[in-house]
Amino acid sequence: MMKRRLIGAIAVGCAAVFATFTAAGPVLAQEDASKGIEEYRKMMAEDPFANPGLLFVDSGEALWTEKRGPKNVSLEGCDLGKGPGVLDGAFAELPRYFKDADKVMDVESRILWCMEKLQGIDTKPIIKGAFSKRGEGGSEMEFLASFVGSKSNGMPMKSQLSHPKEKEAYAIGEALFYMRAGPHDFSCQTCHGTKGTRIRLQELPDLAEPTEDARKTVATWPAYRVSQERVRTMQHRMADCYRQMRMPKVGYGSDAVTALITFLAKQADGGEIQVPALKR
Amino acid sequence: MKKIIIASALVALGVSSSLALAEGVSDKVLQKVISSSWKNPNKDNPEGAKPDWASRLNQGDLQKICSKTRNQPDKKTAAKLEKAAKASIKYPEDGKFLGDWKNGEKIAQNGKGLRYNDKVDGPAGGNCYACHQIDKAELAYGTIGPSLAEYGKLHEFTEAANKATYEKIYNSHVAISCSNMPRFGTMGILSIEQIKDVTALLMSKDSPVNK
Repeated sequence: MMKRRLIGAIAVGCAAVFATFTAAGPVLAQEDASKGIEEYRKMMAEDPFANPGLLFVDSGEALWTEKRGPKNVSLEGCDLGKGPGVLDGAFAELPRYFKDADKVMDVESRILWCMEKLQGIDTKPIIKGAFSKRGEGGSEMEFLASFVGSKSNGMPMKSQLSHPKEKEAYAIGEALFYMRAGPHDFSCQTCHGTKGTRIRLQELPDLAEPTEDARKTVATWPAYRVSQERVRTMQHRMADCYRQMRMPKVGYGSDAVTALITFLAKQADGGEIQVPALKR
Repeated sequence: MKKIIIASALVALGVSSSLALAEGVSDKVLQKVISSSWKNPNKDNPEGAKPDWASRLNQGDLQKICSKTRNQPDKKTAAKLEKAAKASIKYPEDGKFLGDWKNGEKIAQNGKGLRYNDKVDGPAGGNCYACHQIDKAELAYGTIGPSLAEYGKLHEFTEAANKATYEKIYNSHVAISCSNMPRFGTMGILSIEQIKDVTALLMSKDSPVNK
């Protein structure tokens, strides 16, 4: 209850901070936007319970431990790569190769796998609703990914590239990163291949190399997006980039997205995980 | 006829379907991942009744070369790409390159069009400000491309510069073989009229860009 009230208070404070952007000119707005988010982060650091994304973590934990599906079991027996039931530090080592599935999986595709195999749940509707709509208050995947991710907070990302399939996923991800396609000839590199550029006022991280940009950006998804008022996951980030690139809808949890995330995890190797972070 | 010339120019470039985009992955493996990840492009895109959704997954030859070489083809290939780009350009029938700069500004501001959540028949924008500074009064501009502030003034408002500007918007690869900029005319993103309007935004003496 106390937590809710704090979040409410911070949200109001934040709205006031953001409201000033619209009144000022765009350059001022740009500075204010950066400052505003910085201020908001500071407020959160002083009160770690003020991040609205924490509600997603809580909901994720509840879902994780709830007995569900035809098999009436929880996800607590799910093997995220460090053995059944081991949550601490598991997210830091994803994506990785899973022998039981004989493929490389990221956190979201692995959670789906556990839902299917452990709980016997039909994941089709879960995949369909994986990216929550405004007003829904979040999706199961957003809750669960936030919860699992948060269990690696403060740990460095450890890119897994020892298994041949991990190496292959990395190579596919790299190829996709540079693949120009569609009516606009865009690739990921078009926007994320240079340091210090931006689209309109939005700063763009350079993800083509193992950079500080990459470590800061990749290690902080899932993130609570202030503009969207909910947690968004890395799968969503990839899908929405492809939308802006004028590509057709990419499959949720598909191999292409996993490969891209594998590539990005390498660029972000060593980055400190803070999930769900706060983003624009 | 023009198409045949472009096609044969690209064949001469030695483009083959086995072109791999990264070391350690064959084109065949990549294609398999692509078709399993975008299972049913035409059906999965609600606004995508247009048959070209699936074709967006197939790279054209220029896209293949620029991807493979990380936008840095060798000199000979670059020259051929630039030549093919030039051959793709259709010019205004009235011979005039400058349209209405006011409409050009609207097109430069508009980032809509050709995404799966856009209406299929809605007008597409050029989204120029996403990457370029243009009218200095617009402060929310991107920096992926160079600043175009005072573009016409800097090019002394010559007819040759009008034409070159129209060509660059139509297909920027005429000047830079693997330019990051979309081929607005060649790929049918903007119409000839729209390209004339954007050319006017940059080149017209009346345009705020040159004030």
